[in-house]
Amino acid sequence: MSRTSADARAASRGIGPPLWLLCELTYRCPLHCVFCYNPTNMRSIGSELDTSAWLKVLREARALGAVQLGLSGGEPLARDDLEEIVAEAHRLGYYVNLITSGVGLTEPRIRALKEAGLDHIQLSFQDSTREVNDFLSSTRTFDLKSKVAALIKRYGYPMVLNVVLHRLNIDHIDEILEMAERLGAEYLELANTQYYGWAWKNRDALLPSRAQVRRAEEATNRFRERIGQRMRIYFVVPDYFEKRPKPCMNGLGSIFLTIAPDGVALPCHSARILPGLEFPNVEEASVDEIWYESDAFNRFRGDGWMKEPCRSCPERARDFGGCRCQAYLLTGDPANADPVCELSPHHGLVVAAVERAERAANGGAPAREVPLVFRDHRR
Amino acid sequence: MSGISATAKPRLGRGFRLQWEEAQQTHVLLYPEGIVKLNGSAGAIMTRCDGTRTLEAIVDDLERTFRATGLAADVEAFVALAVERQWLEVDE
Repeated sequence: MSRTSADARAASRGIGPPLWLLCELTYRCPLHCVFCYNPTNMRSIGSELDTSAWLKVLREARALGAVQLGLSGGEPLARDDLEEIVAEAHRLGYYVNLITSGVGLTEPRIRALKEAGLDHIQLSFQDSTREVNDFLSSTRTFDLKSKVAALIKRYGYPMVLNVVLHRLNIDHIDEILEMAERLGAEYLELANTQYYGWAWKNRDALLPSRAQVRRAEEATNRFRERIGQRMRIYFVVPDYFEKRPKPCMNGLGSIFLTIAPDGVALPCHSARILPGLEFPNVEEASVDEIWYESDAFNRFRGDGWMKEPCRSCPERARDFGGCRCQAYLLTGDPANADPVCELSPHHGLVVAAVERAERAANGGAPAREVPLVFRDHRR
Repeated sequence: MSGISATAKPRLGRGFRLQWEEAQQTHVLLYPEGIVKLNGSAGAIMTRCDGTRTLEAIVDDLERTFRATGLAADVEAFVALAVERQWLEVDE
C-alpha cells in the first residue's frame, strides 16, 4: 500500500504517529534491581536484533513521525554498537535519550556518544546512600554512578537523575533531593515504583505506606520551593494510592512504541504479558504495518474494547480505563477497568495491598524480612 | 513574569531543541523526555528567537511576513510565557 493512502486511512481512524519510540536494545544488565519492569522470563526471549535491524527500525519509525527516542534496556551500554545507533538516530533528527545505570559509561564512550549526537543521558540511582543503592541493585555501583554523574556534567549533557522510590528508600527522600542538588541535576525523576515485572514479584516488600508517600511528597514540595527553577522535579505518584487510574501510555497505540531486544513491537514496555495478543516483530513487518495495521496495536485503541464501568464512564476519554497490564495482573482480564479506579469492582484488591503495606509499616514484619527476588537476566 | 523589554534578544532555552517535523507539519520543542507541539504562530515566533534579534525586530518581521499590524502585545505575551516555561531565555 502506498504511504499516502495508509496515511489517509490512519488519519480517518484518528490514529496519530508514534511520537515516542523506546528501543530496548538488550535485556543484559549488570544490575539486579528488585523493582525492574523488564520481563521475569527474559531467558526465554529470542536473540537480540543486530545493528542493521535497529537502524531499519529507526528509519521506519522516523518516517512515520517518531521524534523522541529512548535507548534503554537492560543496560544499553552492554551493546558495543550503541555509538553507531546513536549516530544514525541523530542523523535522522531524533532527540536521543540514553537511559542508563551508568555502568560501562567510561570517558571514551561518553565522548564518542557526544560526538555521535546523543542529546541527553538519564542516570539512575537506587538511593542516596551507598548501602541501600548497592543492596537494591545487588551490586557495588554507588561510587561509580557518582563519578558518571560528574562526567555527564563535564561533557555538557543536561543532567537527569532518576530514582525509583519504594518502601525501602522513600524515607531517604531529603538525602535523595540533596544528592540531586549536589550532583547538579537539572531534572530529577522521583518515580514511585510501578508494579510490573520484577517489581510485581516484589510488590508486598516494596509498596510504601500512605504516610511514607505523603511525607515524601511534602519534602519534595518544600525542596521545590527552595530550589525554584534550577531543577525540574517530577514526582510520579504511586497509582495504588489514587482514586482514579493513570492515563497509561496516553492509551495503548496512541503515541508510544516500544521495540523489545528481540524485535517484538509493543504498545508499552510491559505489554508482552498481555494474553491473547500476537505481537509483531520488526524483522517480519514494517513499523508502518505494525503501528497502523496490526491487531496488537489496534486492540486497545479507542474505547470499543471497554467493559463497564469504563464503557459508559464520562472520564473514559481522560484516563482510557487506566493500565491494561495492571488490569490483567490484578484481575486476569486486560479489558477490565484498572483496579486502581475506585469505580472498579476489583478495587478491593488494590485496597488490600495498601492495607498490607500499612500493617508492615506499623510494626509488622520489617521490610527486609520479606524475601526479595533480584532481577536476573539468565532466569 | 511579564514585561519583556522591546530590546531583549530572546534565545532558545538551554537544553531545548526546536525543529520542524515534516510528518506532522509542525514545529516541535524537544527536551529530555519531553515534546511540545507548537501551533503555527508559536512556531513562527520561536524560530525567530535566535538570540541576535530584538523583540522589537521580531515583531516587525512577523508583521511584515503575515501582513498584519498590532502584534506586539500578543508576541510579548507569548515570549513571556515561553520564558516562564524556560523554552526561551533572555538576559536579565
